[in-house]
Amino acid sequence: MPELANRQFLEFEKPVKELYDQIEQLKATSEKNKLDLSDSIKELEDRIVAKKRDITEHLSAWQKVQLSRHPDRPYTLAYINRMCTNFVELHGDRNFKDDKAIVGGFAQLDGETVMIMGQQKGINTKMRQLRNFGMANPEGYRKALRLMKLAEKFNKPVITLVDTPGAFPGIEAEERGQGEAIARNIYEMMQLKVPIICVIIGEGASGGALGIGVGDRVFMMENTWYTVISPESCSSILWRSWDMKEKAADELKLTPDHMLKFRLVDGVIPEPLGGAHWDYNEAAAILKKHLIPVVQQLKKIDPRKRVEERIEKFSRMGFWEENAVNQ
Amino acid sequence: MALKIEEDFDDQLSGEPGKTDASTSRWFKRMKKGINTSTSEKKEAPDGLWTKCPQCKYTCTTLDLKENLYVCPKCEYHHRIGSTDYFEILFDDKQYTEFFAGVKSIDYLGFNDLKPYKKRLEEAYYKTGLHDSLTAALGKVNGFELMVCCMDFNFIGGSLGSVMGEKIARAADYCREHKVPLMIISKSGGARMMESAFSLMQLPKTLGKLTLLAEAGVPYISLCTDPTYGGTTASFAMVGDINIGEPGAMIGFAGPRVIRETIKKDLPDGFQSSEFVMNHGFLDLIINRKQLKEKISTLLLLFKH
Ligand SMILES: [Zn+2]
Repeated sequence: MPELANRQFLEFEKPVKELYDQIEQLKATSEKNKLDLSDSIKELEDRIVAKKRDITEHLSAWQKVQLSRHPDRPYTLAYINRMCTNFVELHGDRNFKDDKAIVGGFAQLDGETVMIMGQQKGINTKMRQLRNFGMANPEGYRKALRLMKLAEKFNKPVITLVDTPGAFPGIEAEERGQGEAIARNIYEMMQLKVPIICVIIGEGASGGALGIGVGDRVFMMENTWYTVISPESCSSILWRSWDMKEKAADELKLTPDHMLKFRLVDGVIPEPLGGAHWDYNEAAAILKKHLIPVVQQLKKIDPRKRVEERIEKFSRMGFWEENAVNQ
Repeated sequence: MALKIEEDFDDQLSGEPGKTDASTSRWFKRMKKGINTSTSEKKEAPDGLWTKCPQCKYTCTTLDLKENLYVCPKCEYHHRIGSTDYFEILFDDKQYTEFFAGVKSIDYLGFNDLKPYKKRLEEAYYKTGLHDSLTAALGKVNGFELMVCCMDFNFIGGSLGSVMGEKIARAADYCREHKVPLMIISKSGGARMMESAFSLMQLPKTLGKLTLLAEAGVPYISLCTDPTYGGTTASFAMVGDINIGEPGAMIGFAGPRVIRETIKKDLPDGFQSSEFVMNHGFLDLIINRKQLKEKISTLLLLFKH
């Protein structure tokens, strides 16, 4: 997690930055002049809490999208390392290569072995390139599927953490069957005999997210989005302009509250005040607390019934009307 | 060829006119000219219109083109056609029964871009006379029973929305129950954005049903026609027991424009064509439309006996 001095602030977070700056100034003055300014500092700290709450309560859909992409936001490995013990990362799809945009392996969650995986974004310029900005190629999805099959063989629950701006659109990705890789994963996840829990921890963009996103339970963290297209691309296609992304974000109803209301996801997991980027430990602790009972609950269900219910759940998704027709 | 396709790709996805199917564009022109005949009359009326092949510029009468199953007599270019055309090509005596026609789209989200989704739907109904971007029909192919789910590109770009998902789900259920093979003819620019995440969830919905069909040992054939992209490629189009392409069809996950903008390089010739996709191992075969019925019935025979 970045130190305060290295933190980055989004436009709507600037009031918080100003308060932090004021505290720094007071601290400097207090040290220099040997003054006790702790009351004033305390007051400013209270104002920071109030401000963060105020921002959180009035986020637009587009601001949630921005928070999901916050440069300081925790990514998959940050959660795995804080929630789990004995994580052993496993590499490669045993076919083509090891895609660094998806990480995964066995680990223990609350003393129990799980297979945990997710898209991984880079934490600095060099790593962002190595991780391909969390955009997997077909071999990334095939690695994920290999790990899921491994979990199935040894009867371990699967946890996936979803955070991607989309599957990578490239020449080689098409040559190696990006569409087939995603389709195959969804197909196989539908029938996987072990429990699957998916959590959108950042960006849930379209097929690239779904490629590891089919679960008995699918959750979204508070400041995330999940839909069929990014607001920017939606704006460019439907409005023929890149400038309508905020409107597109509203129209797409891509935030966790909407997705829960539509019953397209099963729950929303709260984040630390102001967003997960303010406290990685707390964010991971909250997520872990939510995951443990769900794993236990799902494990109690007969595998056949679990698969049936999974298929049934997704079968209900959609809206239509039905008119009587002579057939 | 890629450039031309991607223009009307975006047009169709956003529900704008763009290029329409060879068969309906003819009808559309007649409407504009005020020749307002009923469907059956239209078919019998001598058609004096000419069609130019976009690939080799060969010109023939639209009627001749139709008799050649909308395949250019000179260069074998496959014009885009609609679901009715495919049903008539495939089914014996052009006899078939439409299924699930009463399932209709609604604007549950109140989606509004440059036009309300509701209005786009109304325009699409008017323009195409179809119920939605997918029509399901049961009929016989050289005596073998087959359920065919076929997309229409001129209905909002053949986009994958709730209705398409529901119809495929019901078709898969029907096929499982009655042990009838299923064929899906894809012709789609991808997901229907106006249905947002609901359109995305049609991927797991349809694939879940296809796993049950597979469990029951019922064959599933996927025919990818021009174009097959996005959510269709990332779901049912790529998981057939047999994956087939039409000659020259564009098949891919990401659209060519998106790829070019991402990698900032020109795309190789033939990129994402059926032939390209087959060479990379994702199609079992490519079938010329004029041989489609024979090859499909041969496959059905091989599955059955
Ligand atoms: Zn030609």
